[in-house]
Amino acid sequence: MADQKFETPKFRELRENPQIQEGAMAHSQPFIAKAEHNEPLGFPGELVENWEEKAVEKLGELLEKNKALRVYLDSCVKCGACTDKCHYFLGTGDPKNMPVARQDLLRSVYRRHFTTAGKLFPKLVGAKEMDKEMLDDWYKYFHQCSQCRRCAVFCPYGIDTAEISMAARDIMDHIGVGTKYSNEILAKVHVIGNNLGLPGPALVNTMEGLEEDVEEETGIPVKYPVDVEGADVLLITPSADFFAEPHVDGLIGYGKVFHQAGINWTVSSYASEAANFAMFIGSYEQMHKVSNRIRKAALDLGVKRIIFGECGHAWRVAYSFLNTFAGPWDFLDPKYPTPQHILEVTHELIQNGGIKLDASANDDKVLTFHDSCNVARATRMGNMEGGQFIIPREVIKASVNKFVDMDPQTTCEKTFCCGGGGGLLTDDLMELRVKGALPRMEALNDVIKNHGVTHMAAICAICKSQFTKVMPYYGFDMDMVVSVHQLVSEAIQMGAKETV
Amino acid sequence: MSALTIIYAVLFYFATAILIIGVATKVKSYATTPSPLKIPVMPAPMTRTGVVFRMFREVAFFESLFKSNRWIWILAILFHAGLLLALVRHIRYFIDPTWGWVVFIQPFGIYGGMAMVAGLLGLWARRFLVERVRYISGPSDHLMLALLVLIGATGLAMKFVARTDIIQVKVFFLGLLRFDLQPLPADAPLLIHLGAVATLMIVFPFSKLLHVPGVFFSPSRTQIDDAREKRHLAPWAAHMDADREA
Ligand code: HEM
Ligand code: SF4
Ligand code: SF4
Repeated sequence: MADQKFETPKFRELRENPQIQEGAMAHSQPFIAKAEHNEPLGFPGELVENWEEKAVEKLGELLEKNKALRVYLDSCVKCGACTDKCHYFLGTGDPKNMPVARQDLLRSVYRRHFTTAGKLFPKLVGAKEMDKEMLDDWYKYFHQCSQCRRCAVFCPYGIDTAEISMAARDIMDHIGVGTKYSNEILAKVHVIGNNLGLPGPALVNTMEGLEEDVEEETGIPVKYPVDVEGADVLLITPSADFFAEPHVDGLIGYGKVFHQAGINWTVSSYASEAANFAMFIGSYEQMHKVSNRIRKAALDLGVKRIIFGECGHAWRVAYSFLNTFAGPWDFLDPKYPTPQHILEVTHELIQNGGIKLDASANDDKVLTFHDSCNVARATRMGNMEGGQFIIPREVIKASVNKFVDMDPQTTCEKTFCCGGGGGLLTDDLMELRVKGALPRMEALNDVIKNHGVTHMAAICAICKSQFTKVMPYYGFDMDMVVSVHQLVSEAIQMGAKETV
Repeated sequence: MSALTIIYAVLFYFATAILIIGVATKVKSYATTPSPLKIPVMPAPMTRTGVVFRMFREVAFFESLFKSNRWIWILAILFHAGLLLALVRHIRYFIDPTWGWVVFIQPFGIYGGMAMVAGLLGLWARRFLVERVRYISGPSDHLMLALLVLIGATGLAMKFVARTDIIQVKVFFLGLLRFDLQPLPADAPLLIHLGAVATLMIVFPFSKLLHVPGVFFSPSRTQIDDAREKRHLAPWAAHMDADREA
């Protein structure tokens, strides 16, 4: 890359752990939010005066509200099992990107202010004050965590650094130090309804454009409806699906599936966003607000089911949190779980013959699949443990004849984050994103070399955006990344059922 | 009654009180602090029974650690299983007449003690030899290992080097249990061993030894995967339902 001010990491021969390089990423931090980004969310515009006390106070409040935080901050034995599990450590060698070291940034303040040992013997137990140096480290290194939970899988106590990062970001927002990327987008959601700030009329336009394209291609009038009252299904999908490649090919696929299955659906211009950026900033209140746009849209449109499109962090908020924030769903059809994932729907249709796929349509491709971190470790699909691994693979295998999995150390619950999750998908963090993608790129390289893989499917808007951007740094073509429903879209047999 | 006996008696009453009150306070705070959201690390069991099995595998076999790092796992099992055996062996000092199964385990208790010290030394070596673990180790991490090694080494020393009057030790502890002070033998290894054990009991609720109660309260492991079926709501967040538009 020509404009590059850093070196793309080399593939490691034997996947050996990097040497520690202190401060290797100490220069990496996202743009700080301005007052105009913070204030619409109810956060102070800039660093408040007595921020040291305010931060400690907020930490105290979170400790009362969140069991996980309390248990995780007390329980770590510094065994080191997590130290080589984070993609950001593997890609950068910065020791503060080892999960336990990242946690320690918050733990040291917790110890100083909330534990007897830390009050009496701060040096002995590594207790530290909340000072400028600490805040700088927080801002840098809690924004080098994509909340992917890989460390939590390997910790003997399930200590989830994502929870700690979220708490730290919440605290920082409350003293006026947020990131421009997340807070600006959240403000847009409150005003317009999606992350891109795509207003209702533009959305209608886009969807009409899709209808024309699909009709031209297939000769069949597939509908891409917006704000249709009385539709059976409300589709909530990441706004990237509305226009960006390869996301939009996925959306085209959802439409074809619904059309063939005779499912009457709509998107909502009021809740035209699946991704809930409030999770990135760890704010329960913001997550609640954004989630309830979906409840309102479902009530206003009078739908019977809610289905989510392909998006990783969105599916976490949807699967694990939506019932908490926006439930109970007593006004929806109890025959279906709420919410459902589009892959659950497509998978079932494949099984019961509701749609027919011709996998030979994708014979020009050899596929592999990237398990999105939040889907893998924070959600489920279907009604069996691990369905989130099985269902996407089954749908891919029904759409494509040639499929190869990557190294099992990098798939399913051990999957690596794409490097851009958790609110880090911003150009000001490009170096971090490229380096954090290393473990996934290595595993991909293996299957390209050994199995002739040509494409990697993903089910998350962040993964897709991140990969299309960083893969060229590793010498891969950005077109290798595809949506799972893009494959479905190619393979699905359109038209009258009996012709199939 | 010698001053020494009185000092150790007071020390053990004090240490026991701190241990019990300290851990109980922590357990209460873990148990009563709500979890605002469902955060089991997936794939997670879909039933309560499934979670019980998951936790059993974690506590009995350190399942996640096994997946994570084979060396730490071996050393951790050596240390913890050794500690468990050694602890069981100590039951005879507090129960009279001793239960049959404890008598049966007696000889293995010694191997337990050796395994424990070996495991500890291995874990300690990692803190010097592995760069990443060295980076995350603080003074308290080294001191904790030193304390446990001291306990193990002085314990083994009483078995193999300088035997102490073990019958009288039992009389002392049974006396403590009945609030009827009995003299404690004044042997150096014994006094160091007991002093270190009391220290361990006192620091327990203030240190990373909180991983012992903590492991049972970790939401990422103890929660059931049923978010879509059952609405999970923390008491402090319940009022927000009323604020929503629809
Ligand atoms: C429910 C019972 C327990 C469980 C499940 C448990 C689990 C673990 C695990 C998984 C580790 C990490 C691996 C390692 O570094 O060894 C660990 C470390 C440790 N445990 Fe435990 N433990 C338990 C009881 C205890 C008890 C009773 C003590 C001591 C009184 C203890 C002392 C330690 C110490 C000191 C370490 C850190 C070792 C080091 O510095 O590397 N544990 N424990
Ligand atoms: S959650 Fe993911 S990004 Fe964050 S510390 Fe753990 S492994 Fe690293
Ligand atoms: S694996 Fe868990 S207990 Fe071990 S150092 Fe990491 S966070 Fe701490």
